[in-house]
Amino acid sequence: MANIVIDNIKKSFGAFQALKGVSLTINDGEFVSLLGPSGCGKTTLLRIIAGLETATSGDIRIGERSVIGLPPKDRGLAMVFQNYAVFPHMTVFENVAFGLRMQKADEARVKKQVEKAAGLLHIEPYLDRYPNKLSGGQRQRVAVARALAVEPGVLLMDEPLSNLDALLRLEMRTELKTVLQEAGTTTIYVTHDQTEAMGLSDRIAVVHDGRIEQVGTPVEVYNHPATRFVGSFIGNPPMNFITMPVNNGQVAVGAQTFAVPAKGSEIVLGLRGETVERTSTGQGLDIQVRVAEPMGPHLLLTGSILGQPARVILPATEAVKNGEIVGLKLDASRLTWLSPESGVSYPVAA
Amino acid sequence: MTQNRPWIPYALILPSVVFLCLLFVVPLVQTIWLAISENGVPSLANMRTMAGDLNFGRSLINTFLLTLAVVPIQIIMALTMGSMVSKMGGGRETILWIWTIPLGISDLAAGMVWLSILQNTGYLNSILFGMGIIERQTAWLTYQTPVALFIGIAIAEIWRGTAIVMIIIVAGLNQVPKEFKEAAEIFGASQWTRFTRITLPLIRPALQSALILRTVLAFEVFAVVYTLGGRNFPVLVGEAYNWQNQNQNYGVAAAYAVLIMVISLAATLVYLKAIKVDPERLP
Amino acid sequence: MSTVSKTGFISARRFLFWSGIVALCAWVLVPIYLVTLGALGGRTGAYQWPKTFLPTNVSLQPFILFLKTEGVLQSFLNSLGAAGITVALSLALGAPAGYALARYNFRGKDSYRLLVLLTRAFPLAILALPLTISYIRFGLYDTVLGVGLIHTVLALPFAALVTQGIFLGVPRELEEAAWVFGCTRIQAFFKIVAPLALPGLVATAVFAFVISWNEVFAASVLTVRERTLTAYLLTVLSESPMHYRFAGGLLLILPSVVFIFAVRRYLFAIWGVSSK
Repeated sequence: MANIVIDNIKKSFGAFQALKGVSLTINDGEFVSLLGPSGCGKTTLLRIIAGLETATSGDIRIGERSVIGLPPKDRGLAMVFQNYAVFPHMTVFENVAFGLRMQKADEARVKKQVEKAAGLLHIEPYLDRYPNKLSGGQRQRVAVARALAVEPGVLLMDEPLSNLDALLRLEMRTELKTVLQEAGTTTIYVTHDQTEAMGLSDRIAVVHDGRIEQVGTPVEVYNHPATRFVGSFIGNPPMNFITMPVNNGQVAVGAQTFAVPAKGSEIVLGLRGETVERTSTGQGLDIQVRVAEPMGPHLLLTGSILGQPARVILPATEAVKNGEIVGLKLDASRLTWLSPESGVSYPVAA
Repeated sequence: MTQNRPWIPYALILPSVVFLCLLFVVPLVQTIWLAISENGVPSLANMRTMAGDLNFGRSLINTFLLTLAVVPIQIIMALTMGSMVSKMGGGRETILWIWTIPLGISDLAAGMVWLSILQNTGYLNSILFGMGIIERQTAWLTYQTPVALFIGIAIAEIWRGTAIVMIIIVAGLNQVPKEFKEAAEIFGASQWTRFTRITLPLIRPALQSALILRTVLAFEVFAVVYTLGGRNFPVLVGEAYNWQNQNQNYGVAAAYAVLIMVISLAATLVYLKAIKVDPERLP
Repeated sequence: MSTVSKTGFISARRFLFWSGIVALCAWVLVPIYLVTLGALGGRTGAYQWPKTFLPTNVSLQPFILFLKTEGVLQSFLNSLGAAGITVALSLALGAPAGYALARYNFRGKDSYRLLVLLTRAFPLAILALPLTISYIRFGLYDTVLGVGLIHTVLALPFAALVTQGIFLGVPRELEEAAWVFGCTRIQAFFKIVAPLALPGLVATAVFAFVISWNEVFAASVLTVRERTLTAYLLTVLSESPMHYRFAGGLLLILPSVVFIFAVRRYLFAIWGVSSK
């Protein structure tokens, strides 16, 4: 087990800056996701931690020891690849045993560890088979078992579920969480899928354009995004951003008023679509509904608030017609206020 | 695809089947018949003439020795080249192009290229003379210097024939996802282990077809030998050529042809057996 | 301290790596350079002793003189003719077969593939030996067409396998879309598939050309007066002076090297396919 300190890592590919000074500390036994859109630099960061790529500058310490310049095998970590990289010319057993064999572990230990990992991932029936006979989900399990068999201090996972179909992904997600909790391994998990990151992580680091925009628990990141990007990237529908006038440090919304920390004359309200309640028009924020879509568990309204596009969610029991105007009551504790200039949110009032 | 007109694929392959029958299968049968008959009657006379010929033993041994010397070196060089370019970033395309140039060079031209280096007033002698190793022009390509002649021919063959092996192997390497090597690296495999335990097993099909192709070609070696050594270094195809063109004895030429084919087929079978390619165990 | 020695170690490895690459490039290029010197150096150059490695006393004159030698130009044209026939025939016969292999499942497909692959285990040029008799009978002996035919045997299996890979690379959906929008099969092939497959087909054609251009044995066996360049050079080898041999070597090398350069982007795709 080990903690990881990522200290001001920069990486350039020629003129392109993939990572622009990333710092992050991951505690022993913690599960941290690197979440971001494709091309944001999250996979590059993971590969630098693994030692498959070298950073242009900065330091990485695993268990208090700087690993810059060390080959991957001396970093005490294991990795699960996006396309699994399960060796096709070895049996499942030999795949899982691969890391142990490289450590020159004796036969008894190899057998014990492989059986343990195979048991965790429920792949005992396939140990003698070749991977090409296995389904994607089964190969995925082999890849995870191979990583866990060496009992690594750190486990790196690069979009491990992205090649699975939706149902299997859900199943594997739950299973991964159980298995990793049991193993207690420090884990860094790269994904572009916010639900995966939310469901699995102790903390999420949202990566955008070569920088970490915010680090926090899934709830923190969801409820109080640090930047406009985080708010719009996480959540479905994404957070609404509505520019509002400020008078004497206050914003008036129908019958409600909110004290805001803004200095200028305008502020941006970050509003999660499901935090509103229906009220009569004029009492709160009014939404001009363009389309109302009953989604099953809830009702999704798309339209405009103060002339700005917005999406909100009401209980499925509400009835709203296209073109109707609906009043929305806001919950002060669940609002985020952002600077209109920088797009950075103001700290949550204590 | 819709199977409402099932004759379409047959119509598409028919011309090539007819062509291959006329110019591959028929001559193949003819060759065998020519070799094992005399005046239309089955006979081993041609075989006996061939086996009794003064040059037969030497040409057989020479061909085998040349193949044994050339093919392994070509495979090793091609693997080295393939591993080298896989580590390259910029300039990869240019280097690969330079290394594939000999692909376009015939064995006859390769012979002439190396003749310019190895002949008496050639560049090799000029260098050796300049370094003070030899005092006068030295002949390397005569029947009095069989070892030097053999090495010269082998070098020319290696020079010309490595490109095709490299292309097949690089193509094979390109099909191995880099994640396999990275995964092995993460789990502690050294560079050598990665090469022997991951890369080599995964490029088996490429290795197999490179070996078959090169070995069959090596048994066909002729023009390089003829250009560098004339008749000082008899090889099987050269003998077949002489029996056909000089002696006008088509039967013995065919006997040589059959012998070469049998050896080639045997080599192919050995490779197919020795390097098993199981599609189940490939990416 | 340790970082210094590590970087020293790394740059030593890099130095070794690049010297290896440079050495292998020199291994390929220097002999070609030397035969070019030989071809452009003329009689005096060929017997100069000891030789210099710099291009002194080089001119095109000896090479042009060689081209004007009786038989050279004619055999050059014959080689072009035979290679042209090989390209046309191997594509005309091989591409439809490749298309059938890529697009249809039919009984006998495996047998056909076996027939094609079987040709690889044989030294095909040797088949020229018995062909002499039938060629004389059919009037093909000592003709450019006859040489083109036997060279097609060499190039056809290659063309069929390679074009199969090329057609597999054109998504079937595109063709099906064309049918849906009203094309006949033949229209769809020429409007959709052929343009997309064209670069690969051109590369295949170039390889067929090179196969024919470089073939020595069959061409020598099957011709007497209508020699191809390789056959001509082989037969006059023993009586021609050194610098003529070098000039002949250069003349053989030039076109195929240019062609290989033209298709260098497809080399690996093609061999990746054909070595499966």
